[in-house]
Amino acid sequence: MLVEERRWLTPQEFTDVFSLCNFLPGPNVVNVSIVVGARFQGVRGSLVAFAGLLTLPLIAILTLAVLYDRFGQLPGIDAVLRGVGAAAAGLISATGIRMAAPLAGMPRALVFLLITFVAIAILRWPLIPVLLALAPLSVLAAAWAQRR
Amino acid sequence: MSTLATLAWRFTLLSFVAVGGVTSVLPEVHRVVVDVHHWLTDAQFTQLFAISQAAPGPNMLLVTLIGWQVAGLPGALVATAAMCAPCCTLSYFVARVWQRFRGAPWRRAVEAGVAPITVALVLATGWVLMKGATTGWPAYAISIVTAGLVLSTRINPLWLFAAAALLGLSGVV
Repeated sequence: MLVEERRWLTPQEFTDVFSLCNFLPGPNVVNVSIVVGARFQGVRGSLVAFAGLLTLPLIAILTLAVLYDRFGQLPGIDAVLRGVGAAAAGLISATGIRMAAPLAGMPRALVFLLITFVAIAILRWPLIPVLLALAPLSVLAAAWAQRR
Repeated sequence: MSTLATLAWRFTLLSFVAVGGVTSVLPEVHRVVVDVHHWLTDAQFTQLFAISQAAPGPNMLLVTLIGWQVAGLPGALVATAAMCAPCCTLSYFVARVWQRFRGAPWRRAVEAGVAPITVALVLATGWVLMKGATTGWPAYAISIVTAGLVLSTRINPLWLFAAAALLGLSGVV
């Protein structure tokens, strides 16, 4: 919509915004709305884009929250949600596997991937200390690999 | 500390490290919400995740759902704001200087170094959710078949959710 319909951004600009927002912490689409909004109207643009993106979904999700409270424990609903939960877990795993594919030939990346996965998923260590320890090491290793 | 305040500072903290989106901090959200504070059960967490995936809008609305479960409407709003405000402010300012560093070696090193960690966190999310979803081998089978179909075809995941819902309804899971 941003590139093809409205021509607010060129494809190159879009790619740049997108890679920035993937790299920044926080929900990606929310970040895109902030960055694109800022480009056109500064703070006001960001706030409007953010509100536009989130208002309707927020109302929808709150409606679902109320319904879940009221009907979530009913046997039929509970069973449906268990099925969908299993499928959603599969969907996220597939996303992870797809993201991992480009790293396949890089032993350095795979080592950090494995250590992080074990620490977080298996050992259930707290995320922030793990990140503080591993992220700098991983970045240093990447910088070293680039230099050679 | 009151529940609302706890929600606020936990999610604010996570907002700063949610590199690659909310999915990468879900194992930590799960640890805090299920293991540390016992606000939700393992199964409830996976169910709320399923709802947030099936609903329209950004996936981060899972945070809204969790806030709602923990402390009603105030909880929902506090959790959503805590997850958005810090990183939005950061995005706003970083966006202005980021263009200058395109192609800088340190920027490439940072991106290359963060990538494997982000991927590991997404895989950990899949792992944690699968454990929450499971009630035996049929649930694992649904997870694995879904992952396989998503990877090998271009099918819209909502169809797979619908099929899984029917399987759930029929009492398989």
